[in-house]
Amino acid sequence: MKTGAKILVESLQREGTDIIFGYPGGVVLPIYDELYDSSLRHILVRHEQAAAHAADGYARASGRVGVCLATSGPGACNLVTGIATAYMDSVPIVALTGQVPTNLLGNDAFQESDITGITMPITKHNYLLKSAGDVSRVVKEAFYIAGTGRPGPVLIDIPKDVSTSSAKDVPVPEKVHLRGYNPTYTGHKRQIEKALQLIAEAERPVIYAGGGVILSNASPEFIRVATELGIPVTTTLMGIGCIPCDHPLNLGMLGMHGTEYANFAITECDLLIAIGVRFDDRVTGKTETFAKNAKIIHIDIDPAEIGKNKRVDVPIVGDVKSVLADMLAILKMKGVHDAWIKRIRHWKQHHPLKCPDDGCLHPQYIIRQMSELLQGNAVIVSEVGQNQMWTAQHFCFKQPRTWITSGGLGTMGYGLPAAMGAHFARPDVPVFDVAGDGSIQMNIQEFGTIAHENIPVKIAILNNRFLGMVRQWQELFYDRRYSYTELPPVEFVKIANAYGIEGMKVEDPADVMPALKAAVDCDGPFVLDFRVEREENVFPMVPAGAAINEMIGGHPQ
Amino acid sequence: MKAHTLSVLVENKAGVLSRVTGLFSRRGFNIESLAVGPCEEPGMSRITIVVIGDDAQVEQVMKQLNKLIDVIKVSDLSDNERVERELALIKVTAEVGTSRAEIMQIAGIFRAQIVDVSPKSLILQVIGDTEKIEAMEKLLRQYGVKEFVRTGTVGILRGSKTVAGGK
Repeated sequence: MKTGAKILVESLQREGTDIIFGYPGGVVLPIYDELYDSSLRHILVRHEQAAAHAADGYARASGRVGVCLATSGPGACNLVTGIATAYMDSVPIVALTGQVPTNLLGNDAFQESDITGITMPITKHNYLLKSAGDVSRVVKEAFYIAGTGRPGPVLIDIPKDVSTSSAKDVPVPEKVHLRGYNPTYTGHKRQIEKALQLIAEAERPVIYAGGGVILSNASPEFIRVATELGIPVTTTLMGIGCIPCDHPLNLGMLGMHGTEYANFAITECDLLIAIGVRFDDRVTGKTETFAKNAKIIHIDIDPAEIGKNKRVDVPIVGDVKSVLADMLAILKMKGVHDAWIKRIRHWKQHHPLKCPDDGCLHPQYIIRQMSELLQGNAVIVSEVGQNQMWTAQHFCFKQPRTWITSGGLGTMGYGLPAAMGAHFARPDVPVFDVAGDGSIQMNIQEFGTIAHENIPVKIAILNNRFLGMVRQWQELFYDRRYSYTELPPVEFVKIANAYGIEGMKVEDPADVMPALKAAVDCDGPFVLDFRVEREENVFPMVPAGAAINEMIGGHPQ
Repeated sequence: MKAHTLSVLVENKAGVLSRVTGLFSRRGFNIESLAVGPCEEPGMSRITIVVIGDDAQVEQVMKQLNKLIDVIKVSDLSDNERVERELALIKVTAEVGTSRAEIMQIAGIFRAQIVDVSPKSLILQVIGDTEKIEAMEKLLRQYGVKEFVRTGTVGILRGSKTVAGGK
């Protein structure tokens, strides 16, 4: 006989978990007592939201399932934003929450909240455990559901008496069998042939690739398919890193803050090959004009994404890696699209992404210097807003899982805790959090965690004393009426120092590289407070709902 | 836009109904009617949902339902030969000596049963498809419908074909 808490810890270890991010509290005391002398590493965060983001950052950087733990009521509720973030970006995490004892369920007991009810729309699945005998099976199922098919967060709610009561140590079945869950991995052969037929007929094909390529670890197959077919590639925010930024076929990001050449290519293409994407509104702009002259092939593991926002000519339901491998196996043609490539190259040469060069400290310059220094050998995490878009545009990513950002939910405050998690997945490389002065203050309490655990995350704050992206919208669409977007100056280095973290304030472009080097050379965490141009904008920009080839700061196509 | 009758086979587990209905509300789909009960498979229930929408919307509903772990199979009965029924209980004002006979005549035409009689009212039980029940309610309105209670539609395919089986 073992207690539910003990079975829980052993089950996590059986799933290969080596680290969990959490915060203790009343009803999880039995679980924390088990953790006290377990070999499982636990990182004490300063707010439960950070635990969820850290588990998420760990999962994205490693490809494995991340785990977070919180107590009932407020603890569980604080996980919600982190779970929703993971859900929107299809990140496999298992969130464990304590719950009041089963005899008090539904009684409005102290620190009770219906967390399975609250998280129903933002989890792939969730469980409310009722007996210690179910713990091992449910943990096994939770990891399986989180990590397979289209990945996503799974929550397990554990009432206190389930943790304390004992159950027989039942053997866990090798394989999980759920009659309602059978993801399709292999693409339909005839559909793949049809897709290749369309590709053979196309004159102006473009590949539009997203997070699905990275989630399915399909980068090698993806690059081979693109290269052998000679088809230009544009990636979504989530797809960055699936093909090196300096690959000759890579057009960078598309959409609202995409490159002009990517958006032009989409608008003019006659075949769109959508791989692991979901035609998000930030990508498509006005859906009617998005790839309006193109036939569309859509490869995705989630059938519900196919045809959701845009009609598709050849749907292929399957795991991206498997479908691309099957495609390669029967690929005979060599792609020749000289005129098309030449046309795109012309756009690329004439309308590159710009970095102002006037002696002032511009955020784009900082990102480019960072890129120059790190050469792709780093994990870059971002917050949300201008900092995120400049990093996506100007950092040269060379590997999948080295760019970690909250795309779907757009969660400010994501970056720092996600960077903590990413460090434990990739201790071999520097981990940077590119932040704004707004978003860093949404989870700045995590300075406490990185100091306490000596997590060597480097925090680069692009400090413009504005909620920059909102200010940009106010400038462009609200007649420069800066309603509640200006922030008072903050001395971030002093805050860092108060936690025992080193830092440096940078105001001159000439000091950027030395400061970045100092951060990388420092063994522990480091805070860089870059005082950047205050009213810099992210360009090009497609106004919400416009066609993606109509860009502010861009050129007519 | 037309009414689709979806037959949804689910695990008979706590919370499954709220997973299904929650999905409808958060994705902005309207449920016309809903009926739930255990079915021929032990441990499973069948939910019959009538939803109004165009084909693309209904396809999206079905795909989203299929993503729920506790949903085993989703079928749209609408394009098949099927039997659909609902049951209604109608409490009609019928004082002794007034229109009782007429009401009982209407009940006869609709093959409804009188399941309760009191000095001032009758309760009629009628079974049929949506149109039949609505037609009867409309006819009874002139006598005074005090209360009208109906179940959701349940549906089944005609012939030996079934919707059960693995997803």
